Amino acid sequence: MTVSAEEIDVDRSQMKVSDDVAIQITDMNKWYGQFHVLRDINLTVNRGERIVIAGPSGSGKSTMIRCINRLEEHQSGSIVVNGVELTGDLKRIDEIRREVGMCFQHFNLFPHLTILENCTLAPIWVRKMPKREAEERAMHFLSRVKIPDQAHKYPGQLSGGQQQRVAIARSLCMNPQIMLFDEPTSALDPEMIKEVLDTMVDLAEEGMTMLCVTHEMGFARKVANRVIFMDRGQIVEQNEPEEFFNNPQNERTKLFLSQIMGH
Amino acid sequence: MTSSPHAPQSVAYVRTEDAPILPPPANTTGLYGWARRNFLDSMTDFSDVGSSVRSVLMILLTAFLLWFGISQIWGLIKFVFIDGIWSNPTGARREACLTQAQGGLLPNDQTVGACWPYVAANAKLFIYGRYPMAELWRPNLVFLLLALGLVWTLWSRMPYRKIGAALMLVVFPMVAFVLLTGADLSAPKAFWYVWPLATAILLGLGWAGGKGMGGEAVKAFSGAFWGLGLFFAYILVFALAATMNWGLNSVTTRDWGGLLVTLVVALTGITASLPLGILLALGRRSTLPAVKILSVAFIEFWRGVPLITVLFMSSVMLPLFLPPGTSFNDLLRALIGVTLFASAYMAEVVRGGLQAIPKGQTEGAQSLGLSFWETTRLIVLPQALTLVIPGIVNTFIGLFKDTTLVSIIGMFDLLGQVSSTFADSSWATPVTRPTGYLVVAAIFFVFCFLMSRYSMSMEKKLRRGHAR
Ligand SMILES: Nc1ncnc2c1ncn2[C@@H]1O[C@H](COP(=O)(O)OP(=O)(O)OP(=O)(O)O)[C@@H](O)[C@H]1O
Ligand SMILES: [Mg+2]
Repeated sequence: MTVSAEEIDVDRSQMKVSDDVAIQITDMNKWYGQFHVLRDINLTVNRGERIVIAGPSGSGKSTMIRCINRLEEHQSGSIVVNGVELTGDLKRIDEIRREVGMCFQHFNLFPHLTILENCTLAPIWVRKMPKREAEERAMHFLSRVKIPDQAHKYPGQLSGGQQQRVAIARSLCMNPQIMLFDEPTSALDPEMIKEVLDTMVDLAEEGMTMLCVTHEMGFARKVANRVIFMDRGQIVEQNEPEEFFNNPQNERTKLFLSQIMGH
Repeated sequence: MTSSPHAPQSVAYVRTEDAPILPPPANTTGLYGWARRNFLDSMTDFSDVGSSVRSVLMILLTAFLLWFGISQIWGLIKFVFIDGIWSNPTGARREACLTQAQGGLLPNDQTVGACWPYVAANAKLFIYGRYPMAELWRPNLVFLLLALGLVWTLWSRMPYRKIGAALMLVVFPMVAFVLLTGADLSAPKAFWYVWPLATAILLGLGWAGGKGMGGEAVKAFSGAFWGLGLFFAYILVFALAATMNWGLNSVTTRDWGGLLVTLVVALTGITASLPLGILLALGRRSTLPAVKILSVAFIEFWRGVPLITVLFMSSVMLPLFLPPGTSFNDLLRALIGVTLFASAYMAEVVRGGLQAIPKGQTEGAQSLGLSFWETTRLIVLPQALTLVIPGIVNTFIGLFKDTTLVSIIGMFDLLGQVSSTFADSSWATPVTRPTGYLVVAAIFFVFCFLMSRYSMSMEKKLRRGHAR
């Protein structure tokens, strides 16, 4: 389900791309056993960029963004996030994960904790924030995603769209500098997609650096400053959204766009 | 309404009035509805030959089960209460439960049921074994503290339950040990040099790693150093308490018996096997090959050997490996055997729970920067353990009943202690054995049933938390 671009209202005034590099991926390769899933990935993301990653199923989109916070390990090349290179060093990995928020297709909220506890857990344990302060912070972000009244419910009692917004709030409570989204709307019903996209637009308007795997091309057009197309483990094409959609160069990109725009 | 929805030729249909909201039909609710759904329906259907045969069979089966159940229960009630010998005014022994023809005091035409004078006369033996009479206040105090502690920690309405739990897990074992044994033991001199040193080193490493000092290995394992260091410190404090002179007469564990031994073995096994089982389950899923292999070997070994064999080997073979002259307390041996045995089972139960937790949960926690141990403790274990409460309690109950096997190495647990009185000729009557076994069964049943009910109420409470 694609929400059309006209439905999204975007204020681009705060969206500024700085010269500061947030993520630098150089000659990165990854294998699953014998299967070469990511091939020769080179990508530089500056602070304030909103990047949408598109591509057919199985092209390695999830794998790539999961490498950025080391949920997956790469075998060659380098990934530098916030100036810290990702290696086997656990302390450094935790350091990077603190600064990089992530939202998943299936939300991955903690079902045994209330919404509020979901949001305060990491600040309390990882940032060593006092409980009171963490709760105030959590309520602040829950209001921003427009569900402060659900704070004492459990995730199972919320709708899918609400759960995904809680997941976004949970990440924001850690005050991340970069946000990764892996198909945040693809498990949702059409009417809930918009509420989640609105939240993401709000984030973009505030200047958050975002990497977003999504099939919402309306979102890509309006919010992204760059669209990346992946196929068979490689970055095949990237461009500004206007150019990318109106004037694709690669045959595979054209085929893909014709398929998703076709209906 | 112009067009009926049932009219086949019409597709269009618009409802003009709401259908009325009605109560459910009377014969589907209440006691009658319940009876109808559950059995009346299946035995009142005579519409054709097959259903009639089935109904008749159901009626016969129901009648048989009712008769059988009621007669069994009636038999038990009759034996225990109606025919039971409750009074013993003359203070006689076996004569109190024998008819005159058998050489006793009861009229010849009386059916003799449970011999309660026998239980009353042996009650202390059943509860404490041969624990010295003058010191019985010590096990009594332990029982009292245990009961208070359990109510405090297990009853959800009590305040400060975490403090209660900490006291029960840390302080109570020491208090119980000192009270029951009398302490004043001696430890080899070397212990007092080596152990504090090891403790200090472990705690120091844990502290340094936490502060980011030391090499990579120190940092990575600072949690493990802390854990092990605290455990060593606890043993040290325990050893101090055990070697101190508290002014109590020492009571050898050979004199312990009955319910006391059963509870000591079961409670130690229960409290130690859960954490041990969790560690083993985590170890079995570890990506570190050495940890994984050790855990698998441990679990498979202890699961593959019958408990009787374990206990036998501990009493027959262990002394062969120990230096001559050293003795290893029987009770301690039984405790270790039962605990390790139960923890292997516990590990597999817990592993089942760990496997049921979707990978997304760990990934969600990791993406927030939580470390492996934080993720395990705060996200994975609470969910996994909630899922496997029935399995955990199952293991606890199994362990509780397996304590009867310690009689194999000469310990007198409740069953062993009761059995021992069957050889006592002063209480030899035809009803002594049935009475004794009945008492044992009743006591075991009460404990196991309480555990089972408590686990069910806990499940209900935890499930309410994240109702889907
Ligand atoms: N744990 C794994 N082990 C082996 N192969 C894997 C694993 N995870 C993913 N793959 C394979 O790697 C490829 C890329 O997977 P990935 O999940 O990154 O694709 P994707 O682009 O996100 O697709 P989708 O749009 O369906 O989410 C797929 O062919 C998939 O089968
Ligand atoms: Mg994917």
